[in-house]
Amino acid sequence: MDDKQRVKFYQKGTFTVGNRLVDKKERNVQASMDRSNAITSGHRACQGCGEALGARYALDTVMRVTKGKVIASNATGCLEVFTTPYPETSWQLPWVHSLFGNAPAVASGIAAALKVKGKKDTRVVAQGGDGGTTDIGFGCLSGMFERNDDVLYICYDNEAYMNTGVQRSSATPPTARTSTTMPLGDAPGNVFGTGKNMSLIAMAHNIPYVATASVSNLQDLEAKVEKAMTFRGSRYIHIFVPCPLGWGHASDITIQIARLVVDTALFPLFEAEHGAVTNSTPIRKRLPVEDYLRPQRRFAHLFKKGAIDVERIAKLQKMADENIKRFNLLRKEEDTI
Amino acid sequence: MEKQKNINSKKDKDVNKPFAITLDVGTSLANETGSWRTERPVYLDRLPPCNNACPAGENIQAWLYLAEEKDYQGAFQEIMKNNPMPATHGRACYHPCETACNRKDVDSAVNIHAVERFIGDQAIEKGWVPKYDAKPSNKTVLIIGAGPSGLSAAYHLTRLGHKVTIYEAGPVAGGMMSFGIPAYRLPRNIIQAEVKRILDMGIELKLNHKVDDVQHEMKTGNFDACFLAIGAHIANRINIPTPDTSKILDAAGVLRDMETGNNPPKLGRRVVVYGGGDTAVDVARTAKRLGAEESIIVYRSGRDQMKAHDFEVKEALEEGVTLNWLTTIKEMDASGSIKVEKMELDAEGYPQPSGKFETIEADSMVLALGQNVDTSFIKNIPGLNIIDNVVEVATNMMTGYAGLFAGGDMVPSERTITVAVGHGKKAANQINAWLFDKTDSPLPKHELASFDKLNDWYYTDAPITVQPQLDVIRRHTTFEEVLGGLDDSNALYEARRCLSCGNCFECDNCYGVCPDNAVIKLGPGKRFEFNYDYCKGCGICVKECPCGAIKMEPEEI
Repeated sequence: MDDKQRVKFYQKGTFTVGNRLVDKKERNVQASMDRSNAITSGHRACQGCGEALGARYALDTVMRVTKGKVIASNATGCLEVFTTPYPETSWQLPWVHSLFGNAPAVASGIAAALKVKGKKDTRVVAQGGDGGTTDIGFGCLSGMFERNDDVLYICYDNEAYMNTGVQRSSATPPTARTSTTMPLGDAPGNVFGTGKNMSLIAMAHNIPYVATASVSNLQDLEAKVEKAMTFRGSRYIHIFVPCPLGWGHASDITIQIARLVVDTALFPLFEAEHGAVTNSTPIRKRLPVEDYLRPQRRFAHLFKKGAIDVERIAKLQKMADENIKRFNLLRKEEDTI
Repeated sequence: MEKQKNINSKKDKDVNKPFAITLDVGTSLANETGSWRTERPVYLDRLPPCNNACPAGENIQAWLYLAEEKDYQGAFQEIMKNNPMPATHGRACYHPCETACNRKDVDSAVNIHAVERFIGDQAIEKGWVPKYDAKPSNKTVLIIGAGPSGLSAAYHLTRLGHKVTIYEAGPVAGGMMSFGIPAYRLPRNIIQAEVKRILDMGIELKLNHKVDDVQHEMKTGNFDACFLAIGAHIANRINIPTPDTSKILDAAGVLRDMETGNNPPKLGRRVVVYGGGDTAVDVARTAKRLGAEESIIVYRSGRDQMKAHDFEVKEALEEGVTLNWLTTIKEMDASGSIKVEKMELDAEGYPQPSGKFETIEADSMVLALGQNVDTSFIKNIPGLNIIDNVVEVATNMMTGYAGLFAGGDMVPSERTITVAVGHGKKAANQINAWLFDKTDSPLPKHELASFDKLNDWYYTDAPITVQPQLDVIRRHTTFEEVLGGLDDSNALYEARRCLSCGNCFECDNCYGVCPDNAVIKLGPGKRFEFNYDYCKGCGICVKECPCGAIKMEPEEI
């Protein structure tokens, strides 16, 4: 082993995108000068879009692993709209969009065709936002999982229908303001006790691999995408992508918000294989949920001057606490789950 | 033939394209989203707090950067640009860099001095010499005094191409490094090795050469300029009534005798040291090593008011030195009984007499009440001003006498070896400018990279490496070095704890986190560039830069 590698500690710690002291083979895809930039510049995503970032992180990794042999199908949603206003496209890989709800079915078809043609090397990715995944495409996706079609499905979760004007989806968290869950009346914002946890639903299909990731933790995200590509059959990755416009936070804190949701345990990072949780990413420095909620205007009604909604904040905190217990998020990094 | 070539190149182009891409026309690159921007990110370099605090003007961050790659020789050369004595400073400097280090707000400051010492020791062991490129200037400069500032000036003037001669009144070079800092903090072979490396650059040193007439020496030696750096060697004394003055010594004398005397000073079994600075602590610790059973520091003010550095006091207490603060000495009788008065701090924090008296038995008493400059031989130089017993110098370090510069302990300043080395460098640059009728104005400083400019989430916790300490038993009897050095692996670890405050270390974060691919990576050592055609001005790169090397600026309309 190279002498430089023997001291396993680097100036930047472990969490920056690149590092001159790390062996070239171990470096992140996003640090390389020849990353594929699956979504190229000139797309029309808002300033500080978390989804544009998450999609590039995930697809560049897939491109690296498959040596560029990948076909993507895309649900309707922000990602589709901001990348492909006719006749322009930002996609630098074969990419197809059909309907809002059928991205998994289209991907299943492509996978079947590749199988018939004997093209084992070419892999298939399907992707969509939370609306296209948890609501509109839910049936097709469940079917794809159930048949165990050889597709990696990636959900970019920004917790509402952003493209059409911030309407509630089944991924919108409790208390969040959307244009259809306004902070009025007895139950301000989205109500408690609704919504779906798509990752757990995917696990219930016993598919080979399920993982959650956040754009704030690139190392973790790339490793999970890479791992997903080692499996054949249906795989599901759920990536948390903040939306500055829909959530009402400054465009420069997109990654900070994505980090806070992890550090407050409102969004646990974990992996599961064949229906069982195999790993989770421990929280380095635990923070109270307020730290995550306060910078976002969609939660502003919880923090009205003189009328802080202690009860609902406590309920959200309880959700975070349960995540910590369920996924063992406070253990030391070297301990196994 | 021409046609053939075209066909080939078209084929090559197709092969290099990403798999199954057909859409050359109609790419979103036509849509230059840079027009959305109201603010633009710009790269900048900020001044790291360590560099800002270093009295010798070292670029600490730059040499730590090289040390992180195990390029210790490169790190050595980087240190040598500013300070010719890293092994000495890694031991005896009070490292204000570490007090300023931003890492103290993450876990604890980088152990900078320990890494510097490691690099300095490597240089001595491996015989590295400073690399520099100087054309002979045919100018000669006289330096009076071979202490840290004189040696530093000689070194830097040589790097600038001048011929240098040093006159030193004492029998060895080193000044206060030899006569003020005890060997258990700074082993003599280290000083000798580093002084030798400086002299080997072609500097002439005349020992035991006391200068009485500066003007005469300059004239007879045909020197174009002179740098005065004689230090402050005369001990301050106060009048303590006693029938037997032989029992009252001064600290400077005791420490000097340790170096030059054939016999160590006779302090006896019970030693009282009067004073609260580092020198007082040094003498008390020296007394312990010479066999004193009791070594007591008596200081008039409180523990918090002591000027001595905390680590020195801590090490002294470990060695059994006792501290008697808020106490003044009134008189000493023939048998060695010292009458002391207890003091009390008033509302402003100043010590006031309490009227309560005690007695301390002692065989000797050492006064460590500061030192003064011997100005007798320069009093008559025309234009040279002495104020409060120190020499007045202009911002370019020149005295009122043209061509005569001064620095170190003899000019108004904090009296440490690192400040002295800094003076030497500054004086060398100014002498160089003066010799060529130019002015040397240093570049304006960058704004400070304070902790709030950093994003510390990206740095993992990594506790400081503690240097090994000599066993206390051996510290009672020997002058062996108390603090041990780092080894190859923990020096590397320690160097890598640097946060690189304010200066890009090519972590690729900006390149990675841009949702618009608007950061261009230029390759190793070349940093990055913004592609303003596409940058929407979201500001994520600024927030996610770990070291604070990007800022937003309003877009001009």
